[in-house]
Amino acid sequence: MSALLDIRDLHTHFFTARGVLKAVNGVSLSIGRGEIVAVVGESGCGKSVTAFSILRLIPDPPGRIVGGEVLFEGRDLTTLSPAEMRAVRGRGIAMIFQEPMTSLNPVLTVGEQVGEVLIEHGTVPRSRVKARVLEILESVRISDPARRIGQYPHELSGGMRQRVMIAMALACEPKLIIADEPTTALDVTVQAQILDLLMEMRDRYGMAVMLITHDLGVVAETADRVAVMYAGRKVEEAAVEALFRQPLHPYTQGLIRATPEGAGSAAGFGRRPARLQEIPGMVPPLHAMPPGCAFAPRCAFALDLCRQAPPPLVMRHEGHQVACYRAADIEARTLEAVA
Amino acid sequence: MKAPILVVDDLVKHFPTDDGRTVHAVDGVSLELAAGETLSLVGESGCGKSTLGKTIMRLYPPTSGSIRVNGQEIGTTSRRAMRPLRRELQMVFQDPFASLNPRVSVGRAIEEPLIVHGIGTRAERRERVSWLLGRVGLPADAAARHPHEFSGGQRQRIGIARALALNPKIIICDEPVSALDVSVRAQVLNLLGDLKDEFNLAYLFISHDLSVVEYVSDRVAVMYLGRIVEIAPRERLFGAPLHPYTKALLDAAPIPDPTRRRGRRPRLDGEIPSPLDPPSGCRFRTRCPIRIERCTTETPHLLSAGSGQFVACHRAFEGASVPVPVPAGAPVTGDALAMR
Repeated sequence: MSALLDIRDLHTHFFTARGVLKAVNGVSLSIGRGEIVAVVGESGCGKSVTAFSILRLIPDPPGRIVGGEVLFEGRDLTTLSPAEMRAVRGRGIAMIFQEPMTSLNPVLTVGEQVGEVLIEHGTVPRSRVKARVLEILESVRISDPARRIGQYPHELSGGMRQRVMIAMALACEPKLIIADEPTTALDVTVQAQILDLLMEMRDRYGMAVMLITHDLGVVAETADRVAVMYAGRKVEEAAVEALFRQPLHPYTQGLIRATPEGAGSAAGFGRRPARLQEIPGMVPPLHAMPPGCAFAPRCAFALDLCRQAPPPLVMRHEGHQVACYRAADIEARTLEAVA
Repeated sequence: MKAPILVVDDLVKHFPTDDGRTVHAVDGVSLELAAGETLSLVGESGCGKSTLGKTIMRLYPPTSGSIRVNGQEIGTTSRRAMRPLRRELQMVFQDPFASLNPRVSVGRAIEEPLIVHGIGTRAERRERVSWLLGRVGLPADAAARHPHEFSGGQRQRIGIARALALNPKIIICDEPVSALDVSVRAQVLNLLGDLKDEFNLAYLFISHDLSVVEYVSDRVAVMYLGRIVEIAPRERLFGAPLHPYTKALLDAAPIPDPTRRRGRRPRLDGEIPSPLDPPSGCRFRTRCPIRIERCTTETPHLLSAGSGQFVACHRAFEGASVPVPVPAGAPVTGDALAMR
C-alpha cells in the first residue's frame, strides 16, 4: 500500500553569508492515511524546515530544496507549479502553527477567515458558506460559535485562536494536517484540549497528522509513530511504544533520560535526588557540522569511525530504523541491563 | 523547626489599567520559605506566579502586605534601605539574554553586583568572577566575551553566576529552564541542585512545567488567578492532591510514556478568566467540575488538611470535621494540625 506522504532523501539548504546551511540533510519519512506521526527534536534539528519544505513554504532566497522528492498521493510536490501547489495546500495538506495570532488575519472576523478558505477552494456554494462555517466551528468545540463568528482574533484566548486555526485547516477536509508545535504556546490544560481535538479529528475524518514537537510527553500521548531528528537528519524512527521502550540511538536515549520522568522517581532537590542524565555539550551549529555523525562530539559511545562518515539509517527491527554504528552494541547492552 | 528565611504575608499586587480598571495579578498571597528549601510556584499563564516573584524581589512595589527577609521588612522600605537585604535575595530569569546588557562583557556583568555593594578590591572581584565562572561550568575566558557569543544554556549559567555573586540565601528562579532544550535543561537543573546543596540555598522556583516542579521541589504552591489554591509537600501534592484545579493540572500534563497513555478523558473546560474581572467567591468556580452555590458567594481560605497540606476549597473537607484555620503557607511542622 502506498503511503499518503512519502518524503525521499529531502535536502533543504540555506545559502547564507556564513556558508551553506544544510538544515535538512537527507531526510526520508512516510506517513500513512489516518496515521499520527510525530517528528521530534530540539531547536535547529530541521523538523520545522522539513514541514515547510513539504508545503514549499521555504523562503527563496535564502532557502531552497536542492534534492529529493516529496510524494503526496504519488505526485512529487517539489515539481508542481505555484498554482498546482495552491490546490494542494488546503484540500490536500493543511498546516497549523505554534502561534495562531501570527497566522490569523487581525482585521477579519473568525467567520470571514474560515469562510474565505471555503470560498477560495470552492468546496461549498456561497449560499451555504455561513452554515458550513458554523458547523466547522462547532466541530472544533468552539463555545458559542454564533457569537464567535463575528469576533476578531484579538478578542479570543490563545486556545480559542488555535481552535480557529484548526477549523480553517479542517475547512477543506484535507488528507494531512501538519501541526508545527501546535500546543507549545498554550497552557497545559488547554494543550490537553487541543491534542484531544486533533486525535478526535483523525478518528472522525481519517486525516493523517504530522505532529512536530520538542515535547516527549506530547509524543507519547498522541503519536502512532515517531521520527527523531538531530542536526538535519533523521537519526531514529519507530512505533511510539518501541521508541520509548527500547530507544536505540544514543541521542534518543539521552533525550528520554534527560527528562525528570525518564530519570526515575524524583526525590526533590532537598533529598539529594538522582541527578538527571545530561547530554554533555550542545548541538553543533549548522555552519560548523562535524564530518561524521553530528552527535559524535556529545556521544559516550563514539568511535573513530563515527567521526569519519555519517552512519547510514538501517532497519534494526521491523519498523525500527536507526542511524548509529553502535546500535547493535547499545541494544545488547540495554538488553543485558534489563535481564 | 527551622525559622523561615522568607515570609510573605497577605501580599497584594494590583496594576491599574489605562481605562481605570484593575488587574488583580496577586491577591492576598502568604507563604514561608525555610533556609535550604525549594518551594515551587506552579500555575498557568496569568495566575500571577511571575508577578509574585517579581514583587517579592521588589521589581514591582507591592500594593499591600508584607515581605520579610530574615525577619526584616522589605515590602515597604525604600529601595536604598533594603540594599543590605538585597544581598540575601537574588533572581534568575527565564531569558538571561533579556537581563544581560549586550554591550557589557560577561565578566563585568557578573562583577556588577559586587561593585554596587562595594565589595572587595578590583583584583578580589576579578578573582571572585573567575571562581564563579568555573563554578557554573563556564571557561575562564568567558569573562572577556559578550552575551551574544553564548548559547541559551550558557547564558543561563551566566545568569546563575551573577545571581550567586553576593552569596545570597534565597534565589527566585523564574522559569529558569523553560526556554532551554531538553538536553541542556538537564544540565541547568543539575547545576541548580548542586549549588543548592553546596550553599544551602533556598529556591522559590516558578514554573509551569509539572515534571520539572516534581523533580526539584520540597513543597509546591499551586496558583490560580492571583491566589494560592493549594500548598503541600511535593509527595502530597503529586500523590494526593485535594484541590480540583491541582487535580486537573496533574491530569492534563502529558506523560512521556506511551504505556501510560490515558486516552481522551474528561477535561477541564475553558481557560483562565481575565484577572481584570476575577469571579466572585472561589476564582476557580467558573471551570470547576464540583462547584456548589457557596463557591460563588464565599471565598474559600487555605485550611490545613494535615501533613503540611493546605487547600482552599469548600468541597475539600466534606465529611471531615471542621478544620482549624491556620496561617497559610506555613512550612511543614509535622502533624500538629492534622485533621484526619
